[in-house]
Amino acid sequence: MIPQILIKNGLITAFLSVGILILIAELISKKVFRNKIPTVALAIFMALMAAFIAGGPNGAADIPIMSELALLGGTMLRDFTVVATAMNASLDEIRKAGWLGFVSIFLGLILTFFSGAACALLFGYRDAVSLATIGAGACTFIVGPVTGTALGASSEVIAISIAAGVVKSIAVTIGTPLVAKWIGLNNPQTAMIYGGMLGTTSGVAAGLAATDPRLVPYGALTATFYTGMGCLLCPSLFFLVLNLYF
Amino acid sequence: MTIYGVALLAFCYLAGLWMGEGLASLMKVKSNVGGVGFGMILLILFQSWPLTKKWLVREVPSGISFWSRMYIPVVVAMSAIQNARMAFSSGYLAVLAGILPTAFCFILIPFLASRFNTSR
Repeated sequence: MIPQILIKNGLITAFLSVGILILIAELISKKVFRNKIPTVALAIFMALMAAFIAGGPNGAADIPIMSELALLGGTMLRDFTVVATAMNASLDEIRKAGWLGFVSIFLGLILTFFSGAACALLFGYRDAVSLATIGAGACTFIVGPVTGTALGASSEVIAISIAAGVVKSIAVTIGTPLVAKWIGLNNPQTAMIYGGMLGTTSGVAAGLAATDPRLVPYGALTATFYTGMGCLLCPSLFFLVLNLYF
Repeated sequence: MTIYGVALLAFCYLAGLWMGEGLASLMKVKSNVGGVGFGMILLILFQSWPLTKKWLVREVPSGISFWSRMYIPVVVAMSAIQNARMAFSSGYLAVLAGILPTAFCFILIPFLASRFNTSR
């Protein structure tokens, strides 16, 4: 009886299962890793593992009671919530971040996108769509799938792009306190450059919190624009540049 | 009313996608170019422009902020429905593409910071 109810109310079941998964991730993040790995990165990693264990082309959505995860995690709701995150940004904040923020976001995106695409090239991908999707995934785990869906990349390539973004988020979180001294990350201005260059909001916020909590808002300020700029530039300008050569 | 916020968000989303389609057909690409980015810009303009800013009163923002906070759970759900077995078979690519560009960015930060400090 209970599975019937769960299948019949698939979207609600999806809310419940995602909530439980994030709760477990938060507990593990706090108790086991002592906040060294952000809850978000851990939850995404666990979700990818669930998809891996389920094994099918649609990951966990191939299990009947989980089928509506495909709606909750589908393109429509994802892009809708991504647009909604823009409400935390304002023109005043953009002006405050100013030229410095713009340059660092732009440089960070170009550098990350093309070196990420170069990594994909090393692994034998030769088509512009796959290269762009993996390059975009190297930016953040949002920009990757948004770019991949817009360009019509395969699910396999989109999954690689998400995984690359998750690896980046973890690398930024763990790496920031280690390199903070060396890159001079001890003032608001450098924190803004850092947020703009790296852009993965959860990693930046967690990394700065581990380095110096007072710097978090400055890094987060520029990082919030990174994903939006990435969603704008990766499937358009950057893809077209790749398209010239592949 | 909360629904006004949700409706405004829906408008920005749809209008952004429509602009993305338009740009794509201008560039003769069969996809949506930057539609999500345009949607975000529209929403930022809506809440920053004095004329439309005053619409965002009372519960209107709550209709948007709920969805912005649902973004992480949606991303988790999205990760759970990927073809992960195929992706993990080329697992080193994800690790390399995640770490190498990040390292480049870290290296560039002090140079960029010194540029900006001297120019001011």
